[in-house]
Amino acid sequence: MASAPSKLYADDVNLVVVLLDTNPFFWSSSSLSFSQFLSHIVSLLSVKKQKQIKANQDERFIGFCIFLIYEQLSKEEPEGRIKSSLFSGSLSMALCYIQRAFHSGALHPHPRILCLQGSPDGAEQYVAIMNAIFSAQRSEVPIDSCYIGAQNSAFLQQASYITGGVHHKPQNLDGLFQYLMTIFATDLHSRSFIHLPKPVGVDFRASTIDMGYICSVCLSIFCKQHKKCSTCGSVFGQGQSEAALASDKKRKTPET
Amino acid sequence: MNNGAGKRINGGVEEDDDEDDVNGDLDAWERTYTDERSWESLQEDESGMLRPIDNQALYHSQYRRRLRSLSSTAARIQKGLIRYLYIVIDLSKAASEMDFRPSRIAVIAKHVEAFIREFFYQNPLSQVGIVTIKDGVANCLTEIGGSPESHINALMKKLDCSGDSSLQNALDLVDGYLNQIPSYGHREVLVLYSALSTCDPGDIMETIQKCRKSKIRCSVIGLSAEMFICKHLCQETGGTYSVALDESHFKELILEHAPPPPAIAEFAVANLIKMGFPQRAAEGSISICSCHKEAKVGAGYTCPRCKARACELPTECRVCGLTLVSSPHLARSYHHLFPIAPFDEVPPSHLNDPIRKQKRNCFGCQQNVLDSGNKPGLAVVCPKCKRYFCLDCDIYIHESLHNCPGCDSFRHSKAATAKED
Repeated sequence: MASAPSKLYADDVNLVVVLLDTNPFFWSSSSLSFSQFLSHIVSLLSVKKQKQIKANQDERFIGFCIFLIYEQLSKEEPEGRIKSSLFSGSLSMALCYIQRAFHSGALHPHPRILCLQGSPDGAEQYVAIMNAIFSAQRSEVPIDSCYIGAQNSAFLQQASYITGGVHHKPQNLDGLFQYLMTIFATDLHSRSFIHLPKPVGVDFRASTIDMGYICSVCLSIFCKQHKKCSTCGSVFGQGQSEAALASDKKRKTPET
Repeated sequence: MNNGAGKRINGGVEEDDDEDDVNGDLDAWERTYTDERSWESLQEDESGMLRPIDNQALYHSQYRRRLRSLSSTAARIQKGLIRYLYIVIDLSKAASEMDFRPSRIAVIAKHVEAFIREFFYQNPLSQVGIVTIKDGVANCLTEIGGSPESHINALMKKLDCSGDSSLQNALDLVDGYLNQIPSYGHREVLVLYSALSTCDPGDIMETIQKCRKSKIRCSVIGLSAEMFICKHLCQETGGTYSVALDESHFKELILEHAPPPPAIAEFAVANLIKMGFPQRAAEGSISICSCHKEAKVGAGYTCPRCKARACELPTECRVCGLTLVSSPHLARSYHHLFPIAPFDEVPPSHLNDPIRKQKRNCFGCQQNVLDSGNKPGLAVVCPKCKRYFCLDCDIYIHESLHNCPGCDSFRHSKAATAKED
């Protein structure tokens, strides 16, 4: 609940937590094969590793970046007809890990999260993903995202916009490594003077409506006026107890 | 609540009776060094940092106590999400007392600023107003509104204290204002009371009944001692009364009012509120900003009804009065509607079981739950997905993240299907 305490960042230490989408449904239909994708990622990491070693960093966190990837490979298990992958779970785990990094000492690394996703968004994860995004915003952890699928991911765009990260959808997947190196490999300090792709127009609107009606009890959004909220059951324009009394009477009369 | 505060109270009492002549010129905080030798309770942990002994277990038990008191019964208690809160600050002579360093009013101002920011962060659709009591008269310092900066700036300018405090005048004023707000809003008052008395022009009991009829939930945080009238007010209106022992306790108490309190269903009428979801203006567009009354380039929001430009969200359009929000603002309140269950404590005997010892990694941060030296650290387990978590992750998950990583990582767990409803 309290706001994040002031932090002392070690200037040249960076912690990047990479989240990979390993949804087999996506990879089977993608033009880029999974092994090629992994080779891009591994080469990116080996370059970053070299940079970090030169700057005299804490070895623990370098090793950790890779560890988390293997963790994700086994843990993300999307199944069935639902094509989205478990983005909210991996984002939550990444944030818990970053909290541990914050506790690791007086000077701790500058963390950020890099997400590479190809599967479409799963609407059932909306609340969980928004919770994770706000928590990342609170802890000042930017979420960079790279969408390698066919359509667009509104969740990734919102995540990067709210937390101050970079979002990009590469045109040409064969050159993925180049996109990763030039856009996503820059550390946070250098971002103020490197020209990065700006968001064109982040679409925040809840399912593209301009104006809507909000239930004052549960904050669900409707596009037309209704008499009753379908989410929480509150009757509009009446006190709650009167509504309960009315529905009780209705229930009793058929029995008599 | 904590041992430190308890010791400080005892130290104060003893001073009056026995040690006047010996330690009479030492302050209470100096006495904690001479009498209690606080440096001896420090210890080095495995990364070389100094920590008081058992601080983590203490912190965690405090946290769990707080969690239990907040979510008393079931998980889905209805909460009042659209709140209209008045903060009543007592600027009587008692507020300039120096028992809180540097003075009570300085501490109050500092923490009210932090509270206002936290309040707007957790309740983006709500509004706040500030009322002050000075020389027995209650004045409205800022009108009810949704911009944190205007309240904070106004408060920091007027912090001089004098005269008596009058609780009835403040309640009358607030009652008058809160009767004008829309019926779907929850009406709340938070009184920060430093004085030990109240000088009222009439019968305060009548005022309390009037507040109760207007369905205003009044809470009080006292800085001096417990008063019957404050306790009575809070009991009658359904609020909470607490007295701060020291500055950190005061901070904790005031921040407890930031998340929405459990709503009493009859208090607010459910209603459909018309709101607009403006799009961000294109980068190079030029328009006249309605809040600054001058031309601005790009980077604003366009009201969908009247096309006027607003600088930030959430706000009310100055031209047509439509409430403008973006969907993240609404999403920030969703965790109040879908709370996660508190985790259960794991008895140390479970952790020490040699057969299952290898599996003991916290699911969130991958750290070994057993401390170095093979002592079992404290761990908790999610009742739904049965994953283990360490204390730090437990506190982070419940206070900030509001998602269980374990439940979210497995599609067919019960928690996942419950969320899909």
